[in-house]
Amino acid sequence: MPGKLKAKIVAGRHLPVMDRASDLTDAFVEVKFGNTTFKTDVCPKSLNPQWNSEWFKFEVDDEDLQDEPLQITVLDHDTYSANDAIGKVYIDIDPLLYSEAASVISGWFPIYDTIHGIRGEINVIVKVELFNDLNRFRQSSCGVKFFCTTCIPQCYRATLVHGFVEELVVNEDPEYQWIDRIRTPRASNEARQRLISLMSGELQRKIGLKVLEMGGNAVVGYLQCFDLEGESGLVVRAIGTACTLDKLSSGSAPNTNTHMHPNTAPASNACNSPSKDGKEPVFVEDLPSSSGPPTPFRALPTSSSSPPPFSPSKPCSRQSSSSDTDLSLTPKTGMGSGGSAGKEAGPLRTLLRQQTQTALEQRGASSSGLLLNAREFPFFTLTSFPPGFLLHVGGVVSARSVKLLDRIHNPALGNTRSYKLLDWNSVTADEPETRDAWWEEIRQEIKSHARALGCHAVVGYSESTSICEEVCILSASGTAAILNPRYMREGCLDIGCTDHRFEDPSPPSCGFCHIPYDELNMPFPAQLTYCYHCRRQKVPDVLFTTIDLPSEAAVAGKGCLIQARLCRLKKKAQGETNATAISNLLPFMEYELHTQLMNKLKLRSMNALFGLHIQISVGENMLLGLASATGVYLTALPAPGGIQIAGKTPGDLSNEHISSIQKRINDTIAVNKELYQINPPELAEEGVGSPIPEPRHRSRLFRSHSESSDELSELDLSHGKKDAFVLEIDDTDAVEDIHSLLIDAPPPTGFYSCNTENMPGISNWTSGVQMFTSVRVLRLSNANLTNQGLNKIFTDLCENLLKSFYFKLRSMIPCCLCHLNFTVAVPEEELIQVTVTAVAMTYDKEQTQEKTAEKPVNKGSLEAEEQLQFPLELCADSSSSNIQTASKISGVAESTNISPRAASVDYGSFADRCSTWLELLRLKAHTIRRGSVKTSRRTQSLAHSVSSLERCSPLQEGRSRSLRSSRSFGGSSVTVVKMTPLSFLPGIRIIKYLGIINMFFIRETTSLREEGGVSGFLHSFIAEVFAMVRAHVAALGGNAVVSYSMKECVFMENPNKNQAQCLINVSGDAVICISETDQESSASTANTGQTGGGGTDGAT
Amino acid sequence: MSVELDVFVGNTTIMDEEVYQLWLDGYTVNDAVKVRMEGGVMDECEASKDVLLSDTMDQYRTFQMCERLLHSPAKLANQLLFQIPPHRQIMLIERYYAFDDTFVREVLGKKLSKGTKKDLDDISAKTGVTLKSCRRQFDNFKRVFKVVEELKGPLVENIRQHFLLSDKLARDYAAIVFFANNRFETGKRKLQYLSFQDFAFCAGQLISNWTVGAVGEYNMVEDMDVDLDKEFLQELKELKILITDKDLLDQHKSLVCTALRGKTKVFPEMETSFKNLSRGLINIAAKLTNTKDVRDFFIDLVEKFIEPCRSDRWTAADMKLYLTHYTNSAHILDTFKHQVVWDRYMGVVKSCIFKMYHD
Repeated sequence: MPGKLKAKIVAGRHLPVMDRASDLTDAFVEVKFGNTTFKTDVCPKSLNPQWNSEWFKFEVDDEDLQDEPLQITVLDHDTYSANDAIGKVYIDIDPLLYSEAASVISGWFPIYDTIHGIRGEINVIVKVELFNDLNRFRQSSCGVKFFCTTCIPQCYRATLVHGFVEELVVNEDPEYQWIDRIRTPRASNEARQRLISLMSGELQRKIGLKVLEMGGNAVVGYLQCFDLEGESGLVVRAIGTACTLDKLSSGSAPNTNTHMHPNTAPASNACNSPSKDGKEPVFVEDLPSSSGPPTPFRALPTSSSSPPPFSPSKPCSRQSSSSDTDLSLTPKTGMGSGGSAGKEAGPLRTLLRQQTQTALEQRGASSSGLLLNAREFPFFTLTSFPPGFLLHVGGVVSARSVKLLDRIHNPALGNTRSYKLLDWNSVTADEPETRDAWWEEIRQEIKSHARALGCHAVVGYSESTSICEEVCILSASGTAAILNPRYMREGCLDIGCTDHRFEDPSPPSCGFCHIPYDELNMPFPAQLTYCYHCRRQKVPDVLFTTIDLPSEAAVAGKGCLIQARLCRLKKKAQGETNATAISNLLPFMEYELHTQLMNKLKLRSMNALFGLHIQISVGENMLLGLASATGVYLTALPAPGGIQIAGKTPGDLSNEHISSIQKRINDTIAVNKELYQINPPELAEEGVGSPIPEPRHRSRLFRSHSESSDELSELDLSHGKKDAFVLEIDDTDAVEDIHSLLIDAPPPTGFYSCNTENMPGISNWTSGVQMFTSVRVLRLSNANLTNQGLNKIFTDLCENLLKSFYFKLRSMIPCCLCHLNFTVAVPEEELIQVTVTAVAMTYDKEQTQEKTAEKPVNKGSLEAEEQLQFPLELCADSSSSNIQTASKISGVAESTNISPRAASVDYGSFADRCSTWLELLRLKAHTIRRGSVKTSRRTQSLAHSVSSLERCSPLQEGRSRSLRSSRSFGGSSVTVVKMTPLSFLPGIRIIKYLGIINMFFIRETTSLREEGGVSGFLHSFIAEVFAMVRAHVAALGGNAVVSYSMKECVFMENPNKNQAQCLINVSGDAVICISETDQESSASTANTGQTGGGGTDGAT
Repeated sequence: MSVELDVFVGNTTIMDEEVYQLWLDGYTVNDAVKVRMEGGVMDECEASKDVLLSDTMDQYRTFQMCERLLHSPAKLANQLLFQIPPHRQIMLIERYYAFDDTFVREVLGKKLSKGTKKDLDDISAKTGVTLKSCRRQFDNFKRVFKVVEELKGPLVENIRQHFLLSDKLARDYAAIVFFANNRFETGKRKLQYLSFQDFAFCAGQLISNWTVGAVGEYNMVEDMDVDLDKEFLQELKELKILITDKDLLDQHKSLVCTALRGKTKVFPEMETSFKNLSRGLINIAAKLTNTKDVRDFFIDLVEKFIEPCRSDRWTAADMKLYLTHYTNSAHILDTFKHQVVWDRYMGVVKSCIFKMYHD
């Protein structure tokens, strides 16, 4: 009996009139948890009843507490006939189960009915008394915190990142049960809502268990999705990143962050086993500090003047030991890279890895407070990382697979009475073709792609599905990357020394751009050049990623949203034929989307994409592809060449035409350069103190071919030289394509847009925040549409949506639309649905970047250190680690590698796989600065690190601005709840995470016309969903939702029957936040002082 | 190809004041789009007609959803469906309850019944206010009327608190309620020259002086500001002595004439018409116990007093002078014992006539 749940029903208000005769209502309330139900008295003849009930007590297992929602039903008492239900409230009590989150849920909740929408409000108080459960074999995972946020949450510090967690749960969809034929739509909807609530509760509990098993205490980047597979069932699945988080006490936060965690030294034995086959997590013996509950840091000294409390001798000894290691390793590492030319690791490689890893272990043991414990899949759902975590980025890896859905074989389904939940995993033992296995396959593929890019990890990882009838496309994508081995738990990453050998001496502002793979053995053709920033290592000419722009990255100008849109018609078909047709189309779609992205990127004179998200949606007679990303100009990468138009033959008649197009393109590029203020620093800088000659020299040594001469001249000539940028006009389609390229209108003056967390080039946010959701459905009336026609329609649809946003939000100018998240669907044969959620944020136009730079710097470092405790360590370290043999300088160029695989048909169901295209890379060249003058060099690097912090992320700058209170207006009795899809609110500091909000609603109507048609229906439903989210957050004591997202918005209509139905799933993190005070600035200044102090400390 | 569904929902509800006004004024979506295009809003954000149409539709839907809440404005503050900043809420309410003077002039004093509602299309045609807007305004009057009808306490304060209106608007509504309740005749041709604001002023005078609530001791009774003080109306009959008693009438006349002599150009006219005018005013007072005559209060004032004066070309100053002395002289009449009632009556009549005496 580990928990007691108590609920009290206080009052109701604005109830609907249930008795036409008296125009009043005799309301009472049923409170249900599990199988126990309590009732309040009837409050006769009132639309604002006061029940003020006793405390209803439920004694339950904590397992149930996690799975079940508290169900509150408001009814109208009727003496003669059955009581009429007014509506329901489901309260997820999960937030009450963490000790540090909310302690009570109390407030007004909208009473929701799936047919009538919100019908009044009810005031409820809920409390939980949790008894300590010491049972080691417990099934519950109370206390594991969940965050939707895809970065280390503010006010926490990660001491250990354990890695990927996933789980899925399946059940039959109540909508498709036989009983649905005889029950009312309301009963069916409620059964569905309740089932999904139960399933997500169970899913979360199971993920929690996995996390506990791994020794973590939190899941960050938690992404839960539903697959409504219709007849074949309902799948709820989730992925996330298990972490051990420490809460920073809010008062001392700025100062505690530089403390080293004393207990996080890893086990020193290097475990070399490559990926484990089983699902068992690699569980290296527990670290005392990491597996336990979060250690409060209040006890540590917090005065700003005191140096960080790690002993001065420790870094000292580490320094020497690590440099020794480096020296001794140098030759071997070089060999290792030579050997790694083979695709798979040979015995030699294993040996080398062992050595390298041991070396790394030693360093890690002494220097790092954060360890990484990756499992079978070294995947991370995080999209932004503490500085120093991400070493190199390889490029986007993605995998898709087309599956035929079978009815989920589920023995317990006969029992419709209780929604016994089945763990798919337990049933799968004798079912080879399961959802789990499908995902396993995809993840394996992703992993192998990452390996091909020379990367050992995938970051910014996400999974999605698109279902049409019995065909399902499973997609996964992420960014192949090399993470700092210092943060890795050994033995878990299945990747060789090729990665580890590169201790990265490059400044953080460009380091992540350097290619991680072998120049001589590139996974795809690409053009490499020397990094424009440090001049030491190779970078690709274009970089695509799914993550956010690292805060330390050096960019020029502003970023912008770039979208590629594509429609492909397909024949209607059934079963395997259909699946084959789809899988045959996929690679072409991916290719075209990629080409579009690339061209649009060039057109904007940018060279990198962040936050790339490609969605391919399947309908009965078409496939829709939408790729969104934020383009940016990375100063480390070469300037993009222009786009050249070429006719089919030199003497083409349309020459004039071509030159006019060429002119338009050139003009557009020029206009865009101006618009996005892309004025990259002149190359003049390069000479100064930059060690160009040396690496170039070295590169020649290592290169097998003799393209020895002038790498730099190649850079300069890049414009127009690269084949990829020559668009050949050989038919009308090509002309159309080029025209469509130019259709994308730039945002009106005063607007910028991006789909990432932070807007490259804008950081001085002011307090205006407007989150919105917009849905548009287009009916294609013309049955004889061509691909071209469809493309045009689809492009216009997206463009018009953006135009609408700009217009509606014009009062916020200057403003930026952030985190623009487009979702496309083909709900019916001739319908295209686009759903967008984004946030508009105002910024201060006057304040120049330079002016803001100073303050945010401190803040930036501060924030960074809050998240990770050793940034300083890192900087100091990077100097000593310069001592590396440059092994090989690999070159890669921009790539368009699409490798569709042949379709393969499995026995039970059809499975086909289509490909993956891998994008860019980076390189690791290595300077050979042998550590003779260690001290001086360290100083130098320290200075460098400071300067890099100065170019700190817009996000952090945004956070640091102190602004007026979040409650911009008083007087209202309703708490103002801000919502944003971002992980932060400008000018506001999150002081407490109250728990995850994960809500699922169904709304149905049989009087569509009366409710204002489909638009009226959906408009009020979305408004109701917002209202319910806000009410739940307010009841938890919160005043904002961050990382909000609308995961699902499934809309179905039948206008002839005057009916419509819609399902919406939303999630986010409920938080309490306060406006940043003036203390802030003083704290951060103090912190800088401390940073400096720490630096010298480390260096001596 | 057609847009089947198009919605935009903000966490903070987005409302454009211009569109709100167009909606209140009863423009259809298409007309509103036209007006907005003419207003040049398209240039602001490189918008196209489609964008404008989509935006207008969104806003119209939002307003329609809000309308239910605006019917009981107190709900707007504690409803959960729309997150609207308080200053916006105030704007929404104030504008929703605002009305056109030309429209209200037509229904002032009429019974707020279904019958009147049926005539709204005529009124719409006559005033040029759209039927939709007429309906909203009429329903507002009716709603306010219905709510305050059952409330105790001061009328203006009740309206202000219950509908969260500004003081000015609350006073106007009080006038409308007061007129509707007492069914004052305002539609006659002879009254056409009077504006709503003239009547609203008079209503204010009547409410604060002639109703039950005006006396003060009856605080917190129902309809205290809506119903005229019956006792007072009864007492008004006593004033008849001023015209029935020949001596008093003569005495009164001589006192007034003495005071006025030489102070105005129209003195001879005043002197000759004194008895007629005095009879007119006193008769109005004496008849106020009849509901029918209460309704005709304003028409009587015009017919019995204002028109004769106007035909004699009195200026407003003359009028003021005359009424002041007329009122004050009664105090000097030693046999006239009803000074209090006289003041209560003449105070209101005087200020009403001042307000109503214009072209």
